[in-house]
Amino acid sequence: MVISRAGATPVRAREAVAAVVDPEMPMLTLEDLGVIRWVDVDGDAVTVTITPTYSGCPAIEEMRADVRGTLADAGFARVEVRTVFSPPWSTDWISADGLRKLAEAGIAPPGRVGPRAAGPIPLTLTPPSQAVRCPQCGAAATEEISRFGPTACTALRRCPACREPFEHMKEL
Amino acid sequence: MNEQNAYQSLAETTDHDDPRWAFGTGIVEEAGAEITSPVPDGVDPADLAAYCLMLGDDALVYSHRLSEWVSNAPELEEEVALANTALDLLGQARVLLARAGHLTGGDEDSLAYRRTDAEFRNVALAELSDGLDFARCVGRMLIFSSWRLALLHRLLGSADPVIAAVAGKGVKELTYHRDYAARWTLRLGDGTDESHVRMQAALDALWPYVGELFRTSDEERRLVGAGVAVDPAQTREEVDAVLDQVLAQATLTRPDKPSIGTIGGRSGRQGVHTEHLGHALAEMQSLARQHPDTQW
Repeated sequence: MVISRAGATPVRAREAVAAVVDPEMPMLTLEDLGVIRWVDVDGDAVTVTITPTYSGCPAIEEMRADVRGTLADAGFARVEVRTVFSPPWSTDWISADGLRKLAEAGIAPPGRVGPRAAGPIPLTLTPPSQAVRCPQCGAAATEEISRFGPTACTALRRCPACREPFEHMKEL
Repeated sequence: MNEQNAYQSLAETTDHDDPRWAFGTGIVEEAGAEITSPVPDGVDPADLAAYCLMLGDDALVYSHRLSEWVSNAPELEEEVALANTALDLLGQARVLLARAGHLTGGDEDSLAYRRTDAEFRNVALAELSDGLDFARCVGRMLIFSSWRLALLHRLLGSADPVIAAVAGKGVKELTYHRDYAARWTLRLGDGTDESHVRMQAALDALWPYVGELFRTSDEERRLVGAGVAVDPAQTREEVDAVLDQVLAQATLTRPDKPSIGTIGGRSGRQGVHTEHLGHALAEMQSLARQHPDTQW
């Protein structure tokens, strides 16, 4: 999801930014997570545009600092990290690689969300009967413990088969 | 940085470290991209700033009230849920206050920490103390999130790019908050005799503050015409339908309580508040007022 807008983008800057890891889910790079919108390079000046996952995501400041530090280490003297909110990030932006890495780390990856229909949002009074497969033992039927997990983007579930609790990255 | 844990990252210092963990981290101002968007044609910047404060103050003040549950919730899972909800709203508030600050020559921190209660424009529902009554907490979240979601999905097409961007993220977040509150309302309302009585009592206590949510301010009326705002009165039918659906399934009765009055036609949107807001601000602003402009 890293898009270069400058004509002659030094590959180095782009690669450096793409390899920065997410502060809360370090098995993912920011590129896997799909939060890097643009990397603009002009000589030794780089402008990186990122988008937060949730409005209040406390990790975004760490991401900004990590991007700045990584680029400084890569020799780029002037680095600006900008944040844009629109269009809103969606778990659909997580790369196929990212989904695989989540599962390997024991976090059930999100299902696909797709575009939202216009108009009022329907109320969900029962937990959605989505099939979230246990990332430990692969059992298909798992249950939700809490819709809010240790980070803003995960829910807590448990597997009746292997009795292990696990995190599920919520569809957003 | 893969091998480090979060605490090591916090403690790390490098040659290029920059100030973080201030009262405000400056993230939105540095971002610039959307906050500094031009004011839409035909819109009075003062009206737009006021509207951003209304939407932002609702989120900020309610976020503070939600955060009071941290270390006080009945179960750890609920504590995490309430903290996450507070965080979503705080994020929305920051962008809206930064937009208002950009329009008025201030910034998000001065707006959050240096205004007095009469300068806040939130509705009363956002500022009430829960008194650590979990049924009150659930009831307020059900009402507030049903209403704010009805506002935000209409604001997806706002002519102001900042409001539209906040709505774009907020719709997804508020849908979660509303579902959470609705499920707890079912659990408490259709639970034990005791939980039913307490959930009903909570709704009875909150209901006088519902009417204000659908009162249209002068600024909103002017901004509706410019395609920036939505008329909150237009959301009443949708919000009522959601609340009725939840209450019916939860075996609760829709309270028949008159709305709290206005003072000369003025209420939260005009800076007239209940006694609860001053107490909330005293706590929310105390650190920033004792140590102005501190960064660490």
